Amino acid sequence: LNTAGALWIVASVLLPFALGLLAFVAGHRVHRSVAWISAAALPLAALGLTRHVAAHGVVRVALGGWGRPLGIELHADAVSVLMLLLSAIVGSATSVYALAYFHVERSPGGHRREHDGASSRFWPLWLMLWGSLNALFVAADAFNVYVTLELVTLASVGLVCVEGGRAAQSAAFRYLMVALIGSLSYLFGVGLLYGTTGVLDLQLIGVALVPGPAATVAASAMLVGLVVKAALFPFHFWLPGAHSNAPAPVSALLSALVVKASFYLVLRLWLDVFAIELAVSGGRVLSLLGAAAVLWGSAQALRTPRLKLLVAYSTVAQLGYLFLVLPLLHQATDRTLVMTGVLAFALAHGLAKAAAFMAAGSVAKTAGHDRIADLAGVGAVQPLTLFAFGIAGVSLSGLPPSGGFAAKWLLVSAAISARDWFIVWTLVVGGLLAAAYVARVLRAALRVSDPSAPPARARRSPLDWPTAALAIAVLLLGFAVDPMAGLLAERLPALVAAPGWLP
Amino acid sequence: VSPETLYAAAGIGLMALGLYGAIAVIDRIRRVLAVNVMGTGVFMVLIALAARPSVGAPDPILHAMVLTGIVVAVSASGFAVALACRLDQPEDETGTDEDTPVEKGTR
Repeated sequence: LNTAGALWIVASVLLPFALGLLAFVAGHRVHRSVAWISAAALPLAALGLTRHVAAHGVVRVALGGWGRPLGIELHADAVSVLMLLLSAIVGSATSVYALAYFHVERSPGGHRREHDGASSRFWPLWLMLWGSLNALFVAADAFNVYVTLELVTLASVGLVCVEGGRAAQSAAFRYLMVALIGSLSYLFGVGLLYGTTGVLDLQLIGVALVPGPAATVAASAMLVGLVVKAALFPFHFWLPGAHSNAPAPVSALLSALVVKASFYLVLRLWLDVFAIELAVSGGRVLSLLGAAAVLWGSAQALRTPRLKLLVAYSTVAQLGYLFLVLPLLHQATDRTLVMTGVLAFALAHGLAKAAAFMAAGSVAKTAGHDRIADLAGVGAVQPLTLFAFGIAGVSLSGLPPSGGFAAKWLLVSAAISARDWFIVWTLVVGGLLAAAYVARVLRAALRVSDPSAPPARARRSPLDWPTAALAIAVLLLGFAVDPMAGLLAERLPALVAAPGWLP
Repeated sequence: VSPETLYAAAGIGLMALGLYGAIAVIDRIRRVLAVNVMGTGVFMVLIALAARPSVGAPDPILHAMVLTGIVVAVSASGFAVALACRLDQPEDETGTDEDTPVEKGTR
């Protein structure tokens, strides 16, 4: 019975790595087939695994028959499968988008233009990133998490500079330095944890860990490392440059998935490892930083002159919410509800932000620039693109009907029932600020550039379909919150009843 | 003071030095070196933790972690140095990848 689940997990990790190697070795001839195979197969694997976990509970695979404490195990529970679903949906939409984005018109002589270089760098790196992300979501032990984190970092930094260009390379270098420091800090914590508990499996560490100075230092080092990589204020400084200078499909992947991976690990540590008083005091600090991120990121998004930078600053703000609500996991009476809200928020932001970056990329490609002040006329020329951006904006601002609204609704109700007015107010004010910066773009783009000119013909682009598909997905997510709550309630027993969990 | 305590203390010192360098230094190659110093510090702490004076033989798991960490550090450093070299070239030599219309707008 467990073999079906094992098959889906292994496929989710192995397939992208295999296709990535193929894309690297065989070059541009296989890009199209590799893109379509991964875009079709990985959502199937994620869905299959989700159904399996919903029906039979947590799936664990001991690779090579070597189980814990010494061997490497893969672990898929309700939280992991939701993240795998996010990476599958965003990943396949981005693959389709990237095919059109990096498309090269070949001249009759078969001579390839320079852009082909970007394409042949993009596919191997992206598939490696996809495999590493999926491996991270199912990693069961603290050291494997470190290895997958580094794989994610190296692939992401490479992706930032696939098109070359000095600004992108400079942002990539800064990103790499920050990410390496974050990983080393995490590794230091893992070493300390192993030194005190003698195990690496996350759940076993959680059982064996005794509160004390070693546990506190280990937890702080791991959390600081992850928070730096998740770009929580004030460690967000590397994000806007890296995410806005990357090519649009890469920006979408970085903002939707890569920073989420670090947050997922914070959540995992919260639930499995540091389920002690440590999490309560640390949670307050992270919550305050999250609130600062919401305000600072939104304020910068309101000011920046560039569309891609605006979307990147919005990521800083939206990541802030995820940390802002962490204390509710301890305070609220219904923790499953909070957990559903947090994951719905992460998923909604992933889908909406990928759509927003893709739309921004289409606008920049058509207009040749992304200056917000000069966007007049875009609404007439690219109505579908702008529509997708608008829907994504609705979700980012937390307006109905959207995944963002459903997630915020859950979180606001949980914060009210916990009487945490600080969190309630930050959620509300952040939503208003998001609506303001989204409206800034829409207002500029809906202006008519030249009233005397004949009305512009709307242009259709192959870039629009994956963008619109993600926008629709974020609307549908608004209706998927109930099944998500069911999955989390049934399949995360630790969350429902954990003795000694509350201080 | 036992040797493993000494190792751990020196490791933490190296970590702090490396971290300071990675943040405070401007030169890119030196920043890559600083991150490596920090990494070496982390590895030394792990090696000190692996000491088991009562058993004799050190803990192999921590040693395996250090070995993996070194492999990761080497590949990451190689990548970082390559990026740093490209960035240290004068603007017009950075090569053939420059003619991307969209990115020109964001520069």
